[in-house]
Amino acid sequence: MGSQGGFYQSKEFLDLVKSIGEARSKAEEDRIVLGEIETLKRRISEPDIPKRKMKEYIIRLVYVEMLGHDASFGYIHAVKMTHDNSLLVKRTGYLAVTLFLNEDHDLIILIVNTIQKDLTSDNYLVVCAALNAVCKLINEETIPAVLPLVVELLAHPKEAVRKKAIMALHRFYQKSPSSVSHLLSNFRKRLCDNDPGVMGATLCPLFELITIDVNSYKDLVMSFVSILKQVAERRLPKAYDYHQMPAPFIQIKLLKILALLGSGDKQASENMYAVVGDIFKKCDSSSNIGNAVLYECICCVSTIYSNPKLLEFAADAISRFLKSDSHNLKYMGIDALGRLIKISPEIAEQHQLAVIDCLEDPDDTLKRKTLELLYKMTKSTNVEVIVDRMIDYMININDNHYKTEIASRCVELAEQFAPSNQWFIQTMNKVFMHAGDLVNTKVAHNLMRLIAEGFGEDDDTDSQLRSSAVESYLHILGESKLPSVFLQVICWVLGEYGTADGKYSASYITGKLCDVAEAYSSDETVKAYAVTALTKIYAFEIAAGRKVDMLPECQSLMEEFLASHSTDLQQRAYELQAVIGLDAHAVESIMPSDANCEDIEVDKNLSFLTGYIQDSIENGAQPYIPENERSGMLKISNFRNQDHHETSAHSLRFEAYELPKQTVQSRIPLTSLASTEIVPVPEPIYVREIYQTTTVPSASSDAGSTELKLRLDGVQKKWGRQTHSPATSTSSSTSQKTDNGITQVDGSNTSNSRTLETYDSRKQQVEITPEKQKLAASLFGGSSKSEKKPATGHKISKPSSHIVERSHVRKSSLEIASEKKASIQPPPDLLDFGEPTVNSAAPSVDPFKELEGLLEPTTQVDSAENHGSTAAATKSPDIMGLYTETPAGIYNKDDSDILSGLSNPPVRNMLGGTRSMQVAQSSKGRNLKNSLEKDALVRQMGVTPSSPNPNLFKDLLG
Amino acid sequence: MTFIYMSVMYEVLCVQIHFVLLISRQGKVRLTKWYSTYSQKERTKVIRELSGVILTRGPKLCNFVEWRGLKVVYKRYASLYFCMCIDPDGNELEILEIIHHYVEVLDRYFGSVCELDLIYNFHKAYYILDEILISGELQEPGKRTIVRAVAAQDSLVETVKEQTASISTIITQATK
Repeated sequence: MGSQGGFYQSKEFLDLVKSIGEARSKAEEDRIVLGEIETLKRRISEPDIPKRKMKEYIIRLVYVEMLGHDASFGYIHAVKMTHDNSLLVKRTGYLAVTLFLNEDHDLIILIVNTIQKDLTSDNYLVVCAALNAVCKLINEETIPAVLPLVVELLAHPKEAVRKKAIMALHRFYQKSPSSVSHLLSNFRKRLCDNDPGVMGATLCPLFELITIDVNSYKDLVMSFVSILKQVAERRLPKAYDYHQMPAPFIQIKLLKILALLGSGDKQASENMYAVVGDIFKKCDSSSNIGNAVLYECICCVSTIYSNPKLLEFAADAISRFLKSDSHNLKYMGIDALGRLIKISPEIAEQHQLAVIDCLEDPDDTLKRKTLELLYKMTKSTNVEVIVDRMIDYMININDNHYKTEIASRCVELAEQFAPSNQWFIQTMNKVFMHAGDLVNTKVAHNLMRLIAEGFGEDDDTDSQLRSSAVESYLHILGESKLPSVFLQVICWVLGEYGTADGKYSASYITGKLCDVAEAYSSDETVKAYAVTALTKIYAFEIAAGRKVDMLPECQSLMEEFLASHSTDLQQRAYELQAVIGLDAHAVESIMPSDANCEDIEVDKNLSFLTGYIQDSIENGAQPYIPENERSGMLKISNFRNQDHHETSAHSLRFEAYELPKQTVQSRIPLTSLASTEIVPVPEPIYVREIYQTTTVPSASSDAGSTELKLRLDGVQKKWGRQTHSPATSTSSSTSQKTDNGITQVDGSNTSNSRTLETYDSRKQQVEITPEKQKLAASLFGGSSKSEKKPATGHKISKPSSHIVERSHVRKSSLEIASEKKASIQPPPDLLDFGEPTVNSAAPSVDPFKELEGLLEPTTQVDSAENHGSTAAATKSPDIMGLYTETPAGIYNKDDSDILSGLSNPPVRNMLGGTRSMQVAQSSKGRNLKNSLEKDALVRQMGVTPSSPNPNLFKDLLG
Repeated sequence: MTFIYMSVMYEVLCVQIHFVLLISRQGKVRLTKWYSTYSQKERTKVIRELSGVILTRGPKLCNFVEWRGLKVVYKRYASLYFCMCIDPDGNELEILEIIHHYVEVLDRYFGSVCELDLIYNFHKAYYILDEILISGELQEPGKRTIVRAVAAQDSLVETVKEQTASISTIITQATK
């Protein structure tokens, strides 16, 4: 089959590909492609193009489109090609249209006729080509046109056709379930097809049908179980074996289906136990595909009605995954752990160390997966460590999608498990600082509410909470760029509590607020918050009987806002102006002190105005007529029956508008009053905040002593100390943090002493249930396993060295956990550690062996001709080597591309190592020869592959 | 950013594999196949974004990348990256094997397949992919069946005459 490796395209096309390959920049590539598009546009519309030429043009169009350019001018020609009689041309046409057109494209209607014709063709290859197109192109509208033909094909003698017909029917079901609802029994029938390929294909639609409606397919449980059994027992033809596994893809699909059917169904599950257990035993865990099946087994076991024996198998498999060297397997292990943990939480305990290793891993994907696992196993005991980890991670990524997700997870966990309100606020600060505007505004409002309402037990702690919040915010304001949502919170808190404890003067706080308004002048909402905060500060000053001196920068800001385009901002500025002009008594009644948590009853009838209206009417004003009672409206209400109330607001009016005279008179007093009394701002939060005032400050000296830091370490220290001073111990876990914080500041890295501290503080925790405590404590610094502590120096050395390297506060507690874990399961971990060095040594050896292989060309000779079969034979052992990912790295790093291009990927896998080494040598010789042949062929054609990339000739499977 | 996510969500129930990408180490696109609906603009964006993520990943790391709530499974063969995008709850190891399955079939078909084969015969790579995956689902796990199917089409399609003709025409064109 080697002949198929030739190149049948014209020189022109080869040149195009070559020049694109050599393009130095994207711009250059675009220029070349645009030139090609021009050429094609011109050529393709010429009359009488020979078919073969046309076919090439279409392929070139596909190429152009693949590179991201628009080739729509040629779509119609691709459509025309599908009409051709020759399969050669037709196949290209179908390929092009399936790549070009989406199912809603207008041109599809032109193809339907051809598809219909082709589906009835005598040549099964034509039918297959048409079915491929059907799967991609037929949409809801056109399904009826081909449906009967496709159904007929379900009984076609050729299995390839039956298989594709099943897939097409599946596709129809996805697009329009109702169109094929009467045909679903066909899927059941095809399950018994003689051909395993067709049977396997049938599993796809069945899986989907079962996902949607489990109960209708419960009767199939036994059939699926027996099929799976037969597959696992190698009853299928050898051709379906894949890397010595019997039809693993079919096994996986069946396991997925069984998981659905057995979920929450004891009886159905019991039928599956035997076969699933059997597969667990039979799976070859040294091959990737074996592990894929194992993973699917674990998923199945964790979904069906649980069985202790199977759970044990699953736990074994998971620990093998986690102990593996391969990151892929670790990843799968972490994922599987997350699934199994729901059923048997205690399983996490024994893998604690592995989990922590994965968390420390430089591999981002693995880290994320581990964070996901931690998220799933968060309890009130470990929430601090976990959330802190998540925030640490969040700070360092740029991926907004994931940042939003992790931020919302942090918030969710913090809200659910927060050990103290202070911790909650501090955590929120971090989330806001780093995730910024990705955080939901609801969260911001929650935070404001929490600061306002406080603990609800003790006024003293509440005010301390507030002053510390103020402190931290004043400090944070020094940061260059803060997210809008966070600034809103800051402004609000500063307005409410900025001067409450007497530590900061009004002019200091107002100065800060003015700075905010100036620095973020493009953000209207922040400015609005800042102005309202200013209003509050000044109001408190006036109410306290102090003289108010507006800062010059504040004055100029107000002038600017009074003329602002934003009516909201303008109104707030006017309100500020009005408040400043009032006396202490008036201000006190507008903004009563400490009222921010009180509900405001809105007097919808505006009863307090009745006296004023009475006066006005007596003075000759016209009374207000409600809208629906006005004369003009009466006529319309005839058209609209009863519901004119709702509609009148939204629909068109056919009469001229009333002169606004009579309402104006009654409204003027309304608005003038409103500016001081009722603030008709659209958003309810604004209303609330304007009325809010502070508690009387109980100037806490403690707040003064703490430092203003919200950067990770500083904050911890600050918050930690504060919890110390009040006797109301918020929770013992906070005090643990304090300990960490202090050691951190001291700069001492004596992990031992820290361990002890953690122990102590953990022991104090009482409010959690015993088994929770057991899990969490064992996971993150618990004491449950303290008695088992055989010293394993090798393992411990790693985490402690980590501590020295990284001076992150929270990490240390995790490290401690890992140390402890080390003491629990030493032997396998020792193995884990030994391996990396072995691995790194292997690749450096390999190239020499490869070179040796090059010197012996004898092996090349035989494989040239019948190498199709040789390849099959030689490659299967080689595969083990393939799963180890090293080669990528080697090429990445050094520039000795040529050497590595010729050499085979270094073999690292311990198991497959020796075997594949030999294979590598023999197959590599052949590969080189092939590469040279191809090189020669290309050169012969006049295309010199001058690009500095010998990898182009490198055998992909080598 | 959101619009792609929306379209993915729309199709999320239907497709196991959302798209297949072949990207060279230099970031050149070698093959793209979209099973979910993406506009040309979205496609370009997806490719740019993913090649940025995948090509920069170091060795020895996972072959999986979480990306916009979906997962991309990739594997490097020589200088070519094969990527498949799947739903978050898919079996990554299985996808890795589907990729490998595809490469093995390519290898059988082309005979020691190399990147150059795929560059100049990308349409054949498409034909083969169409025999392995149909609307994002694995349709045929038997290697021999696939190779036989593609070969059957080829033999019917490309007559002996054409086969011999093509090389010589290329050579004559080249020497022109």
